Amino acid sequence: MLGYLAKRLAMTVPTLLLVAIAVFTLVRLIPGDPVQVMLGDTVDPAQAELLKQQLGLDQPIAVQFVYWLGKVVAGDLGHSITNGLAVLPLILERFQVSATIVLVSVAIATLIAVPAGLIAAWRQNSVTDLAVVGGATLLLSIPSFWLGLLLLLLFGLKLKWLPVIGYVPFTENFGQALAFVLLPIATLTMIEIGVLARMARAASIEVLRLEYVTHARAKGVPEWLVLGRHVLPNAFAPTWTLIGLVLGNLLGGIAVIETVFTLPGLGRLLVDSIFARDYPVVQGCLLFTAAIYVVVNLIVDLCYPLFDPRVAAE
Amino acid sequence: MKIRANTAIGGFLIGVLVATAVTAAFWTPFDPLRVNLRARLQPPSALYWLGTDEFGRDVLSRTMAGAGTSVTVAFLTVAFAVVIGAALGVVTGYVRGWTDRVIMAVNDALLAFPGILLALGVMIVVGANKFGIVLALGLAYIPSVVRVVRGTVLSIREKEYIEASRVIGNSEFYSMARHVLPNSLAPVAVLATSMFGWVLLAESALSFLGLGVPPPAPTWGNMLASSRPYMESAAWLSIAPGLCIALTLLGINLLGDSLRDRLDPRMAHG
Repeated sequence: MLGYLAKRLAMTVPTLLLVAIAVFTLVRLIPGDPVQVMLGDTVDPAQAELLKQQLGLDQPIAVQFVYWLGKVVAGDLGHSITNGLAVLPLILERFQVSATIVLVSVAIATLIAVPAGLIAAWRQNSVTDLAVVGGATLLLSIPSFWLGLLLLLLFGLKLKWLPVIGYVPFTENFGQALAFVLLPIATLTMIEIGVLARMARAASIEVLRLEYVTHARAKGVPEWLVLGRHVLPNAFAPTWTLIGLVLGNLLGGIAVIETVFTLPGLGRLLVDSIFARDYPVVQGCLLFTAAIYVVVNLIVDLCYPLFDPRVAAE
Repeated sequence: MKIRANTAIGGFLIGVLVATAVTAAFWTPFDPLRVNLRARLQPPSALYWLGTDEFGRDVLSRTMAGAGTSVTVAFLTVAFAVVIGAALGVVTGYVRGWTDRVIMAVNDALLAFPGILLALGVMIVVGANKFGIVLALGLAYIPSVVRVVRGTVLSIREKEYIEASRVIGNSEFYSMARHVLPNSLAPVAVLATSMFGWVLLAESALSFLGLGVPPPAPTWGNMLASSRPYMESAAWLSIAPGLCIALTLLGINLLGDSLRDRLDPRMAHG
């Protein structure tokens, strides 16, 4: 067990390093001189040279990378070009918004999708199964930003039950904050139910065929106990892995939902910074999101033995 | 019974999409780019079946043209990712050793990014245009193809017929291209089908953010983005493009399911 944990943890270091190299390279590949971007059109050559030295841009690229990596590890992601704020606190503040929406919606989606998938598998090829599979496939096919727009149109503009634009932090006014995040959470929950219910169903079908299920039934174990005690725990493991991937993908693509609902989240920060050519912030956002993705998958893998002890034993 | 319904509905939806895309290349009811300020924000009517947008452009024509753009971009991206990914996957799985280790290390680093984020990053570098998207999304999806192909190749290279090909004096390259590659393509077919859907969705998302195909060229994503300010007064602008994305994805998902059921029949029958 400990061996598994240590091995999995050690695997994360090279991955994170490669992620850092990828982000560093990507940002350096952006056409245009960063000094010119920072100083604007009227460039005094001496001033440009000075700034270049200050930023370390006159050093060889490998030296620049090591220097940059050292600062990143110390938590210094540089400063925004547009407003001079430190990048890391800015990202953390915006990340709270994105993380709240994503975590809550994935949690709700799991609570609905896993039982639905289990029941569909239990009654495979019945009307219930067809309804779950059909509904899930339908939800899977709707683009999140369109569903968001439609919900906004219905509950925001037509029925006027919920506000259309804006955001209030939960620490300020809980009720108002809830009203602002209700629709984004509902949108993401519906989309994710589609993915997760299909996975939960497929995994449950595999498990329901195994002999120990037949054995449990032959022993006279009540059907609900067979499902709850024997099928669910074993079928949940593959779904659990998928939840990790879903979390990461949601964070990577959160910009569209934040654009629809005008939420000040991490995705919006990234896209706004791209348009503003604020490359330190762009670089920070890419690095932070990719790192979160790696860490989320690490946590998922570390918890995996809880659902499937065979993994740690291997 | 269920398989046939999947294939039929999926095939129908994708057939309509392709037919629309092909038609739009030659004919649309109106010029999708023609601005007519006197016919701004007209609701659907006998003349403009799906209404007009904020510049008086015909929404039906733009939706049809958007299908053309989306299909072209998705097709080129999948082709790009599959060709490069399959080549890398075969080489890395067949040659093994250091080549394998280096390619897989880079590959795993790219897989550590959520696909859409990687595509966003590449879009910043190459700039928002049609071929930039193909490159960006292609690069984002190559790693999955490499992984799948490599896995298949690893099992194929141990088969007798590969050994036989070597014994009769075929070069390593010939064995690889002639025998390993064709036999490792079946799982790629399933992946490519789902990938077409992801790419279409990702392209719409990028265009929705303003980082995809730039206006005035219509795509379903940028049509949805520009419909936002008029949501209250002209709701029809948000309906057609979104519905098109959803129906296309539904078609792809149904076809993907039926393809997978055929390759793995255990999931279809209890």
